[in-house]
Amino acid sequence: MARILIQFAHPALEKSRVHKQLLRHIPQHPDIYVNDLYERYPDFNIDITREQQLLLKYDIIVLQHPFYWYSSPAIIKQWQDLVLEHGWAYGSQGNALKGKVLLNAISAGGSFEVYRPEGRNRHTIPEFLYPFEQTARLCHMEYWPPFAIHGTHRLQEADISLYALQYEQLLLAMANDRVSPSELATCHYLNDLVPIPSTIQS
Amino acid sequence: MDQHSFLFQAMIYLGAAVLLVPLARKMGLGSVLGYLIAGILIGPSALNLVGDRSEDVMHVAEFGVVMMLFVIGLELEPSLLWKLRKPIVGMGGLQVLITAAIITGICFVAGIDRNQAIAIGLIAAPSSTALVIQTLQEKGLMKTDAGQSSFAVLLFQDIAVIPMLAVLPMLAPSQSDNSANHGSDAWISSQPGWVQTLAVIFAVGIIVLAGRFLVRPLLRMVAATRSREVFTATTLLLVIAITLLMTSVGLSPALGTFLAGVVLANSEYRHELESDIEPFKGILLGIFFISVGAAINFSLMADSPLLVVGILLGLMAVKAVVLAMTGRVFNLSTDQNLIYSLGLCQVGEFAFVLLSFTRQANILNQHTADLLLAVVALSMALTPLLFLLNEKFLLPRFDVKEKPVEKEADTIEEKNPVIIAGFGHYGNTVGRFLRAHGIGTTILDIDSDRVDYLRKMGFRVYYGDASRYDLLHAAGASEARIILLTIDDPVKRLEMIETIKKHFPNLQIMVRSQNRYDAYDQMNAGMMHIYRETVDSALRMGVDTMKILGFRAYSASRAASTFLQYDERNLKYLSSIRDEKQYINTAREFIEELDKIIQNDLRAPELNRDKGWDEESLINDARNMSPSNG
Repeated sequence: MARILIQFAHPALEKSRVHKQLLRHIPQHPDIYVNDLYERYPDFNIDITREQQLLLKYDIIVLQHPFYWYSSPAIIKQWQDLVLEHGWAYGSQGNALKGKVLLNAISAGGSFEVYRPEGRNRHTIPEFLYPFEQTARLCHMEYWPPFAIHGTHRLQEADISLYALQYEQLLLAMANDRVSPSELATCHYLNDLVPIPSTIQS
Repeated sequence: MDQHSFLFQAMIYLGAAVLLVPLARKMGLGSVLGYLIAGILIGPSALNLVGDRSEDVMHVAEFGVVMMLFVIGLELEPSLLWKLRKPIVGMGGLQVLITAAIITGICFVAGIDRNQAIAIGLIAAPSSTALVIQTLQEKGLMKTDAGQSSFAVLLFQDIAVIPMLAVLPMLAPSQSDNSANHGSDAWISSQPGWVQTLAVIFAVGIIVLAGRFLVRPLLRMVAATRSREVFTATTLLLVIAITLLMTSVGLSPALGTFLAGVVLANSEYRHELESDIEPFKGILLGIFFISVGAAINFSLMADSPLLVVGILLGLMAVKAVVLAMTGRVFNLSTDQNLIYSLGLCQVGEFAFVLLSFTRQANILNQHTADLLLAVVALSMALTPLLFLLNEKFLLPRFDVKEKPVEKEADTIEEKNPVIIAGFGHYGNTVGRFLRAHGIGTTILDIDSDRVDYLRKMGFRVYYGDASRYDLLHAAGASEARIILLTIDDPVKRLEMIETIKKHFPNLQIMVRSQNRYDAYDQMNAGMMHIYRETVDSALRMGVDTMKILGFRAYSASRAASTFLQYDERNLKYLSSIRDEKQYINTAREFIEELDKIIQNDLRAPELNRDKGWDEESLINDARNMSPSNG
């Protein structure tokens, strides 16, 4: 059993179609906890002690957020800056997070096609996520491929709920340790581990 | 008065007050009516417990009026007095002149001798400062337009009594001129006119100068002894000395103490003086009202009931009409004008002073004076009833008439999730903020002008005392989700918390608090959401100070939010270890508490360090790991 902490960041959740559905589909599970950062720290005054305690309690840390400007909303950065302290998360004495898993669960307006070397954005999503990957490395954590939803502006409610179901299945699989290292090595997105009908993958 | 009978009298008066005032208040009649009824009960017409002494007592009790004016003076800053100069001179002047003229005219037409008619007109013109101010304060109406206008007119009347006292001797039949003066203890009345004028100017000058240059150093000296009873004694001495000074030059002692109060209003001892004199004032005023009740001659009324009732109603009607007219001239809205004109239409306590004066001077005969005395006392007794009738029947009707103006019946039906109790400076900021974001609010407020205005702006507003259960109920307290207690009065807020917790347990309460002590009380009352007025703005000031001193804006504001969190925690902690019975009264206790707070501050974990942004450990680490780079 892996314990999952979802660090959720959306500055205007009331306007989001995708994340509202995703949140609704996060399984009610004693080992899964959603930490709504903007709700808890509206003035960015992050409680460092509390956040560190949370990190210690969980094995898999999911950063769930919209993909703003090829990165996360600002509070995730604030959280990284303040909580991942030298001497605690990294540095010669910093081993608190050793062996834990970090991953991003994101929604992006652009389609899968534009996030390719030949696409408009010229880089893939995993490439844009290098800072997170390297953060994980520096903190002695494992970094997993992202869970990603593309083309959110054109998605119908029905499509979104399919993605939400996929997210739900993925979280359950992770909680029950059903994600194997070999699968991880081969997949581009974690979505690949829970296939959904190809019609909406465009 | 020998000691035994003095104590006996005191027992009768206090006993009657203790029995009847709470009863009257419970019935919603107000304490003044309670005192009056108590007086009637112990007076000669009912139980006859006071004997023929009630007039002596009344003289002592008039001192309560003197003290009240001292307190009023203390509460009055000169700037307010200046702001009110128009209503004081305009409204007050109009009211006194026209009322006196009309009543004199009526008396003259009714066949009363000219001089007597003028005397009666002058006696009837002033209203009762003691009664009206007390009642307005009890009802929380002092700050409204009606309250301010009443205050201004009463002030003018109090001042006008002085020229009246000067005019009255001239009305006396000439042969009895000397006998008029022999009973008066004022040395001044035997002096020529210019000496009198000089003496008056001299006395007023003494009060103003002494207040400025003598009393303040004296108070400072006394305060330094830290002996509360000496301070109280000084306060009493001050009032009594002024009273003696004023009576010796033939001026109203009430005016003298009022003046002294105004002079001391700006001093740092204002609140202490006020709280020292308050109990004396309260008791003496109470006794004054009791003696008014006891002085009502019911046998006279029984002999000629129609005459008494006729004069009473006629007099009050004339006064009310004249008052309403001045209110109209000075643009009072209809409901405010109702409160103002019905509130002031009685004849005041100065009539007792003037009446005894006119009787001594032989201007009025015994029968007329007794008759007037009864009428004056009755009109005062009727005042609280008039206030009550006005509140229960007239004002609501006026309210009902207003309502059809709001055409949007559906928005009235709509239940608002938030109730705001008190729409003053604090409440309206929250209210405007919520409204700007489309959150429906229902407002309760005691200021009828404000209520009027807000209604016109389309707010859903209820007029009245927000701590009343029925008003809360009418405002939808059982359906609303949150109530914001933003009224000014901390005691009222605690009352409201009780009422709401009892009758509307599902209503979430957010409460404004003045300071830490207020917050402690509210915590004891089980409040979770407490907002200290001072803390946020003080911290914003702190942040701006840091910024001006060169701190980065973000660091400063982050420091402030960290400090706020810490301070709220600290508040809860201090509240939990605090002795519930121990209220902070003295400066010393305040400092002890402050000491506790500051000690805690010193022990607090680093309030100003974010290690994530601190490179010190990184630098050390880098040096240790790669010494070759050093």
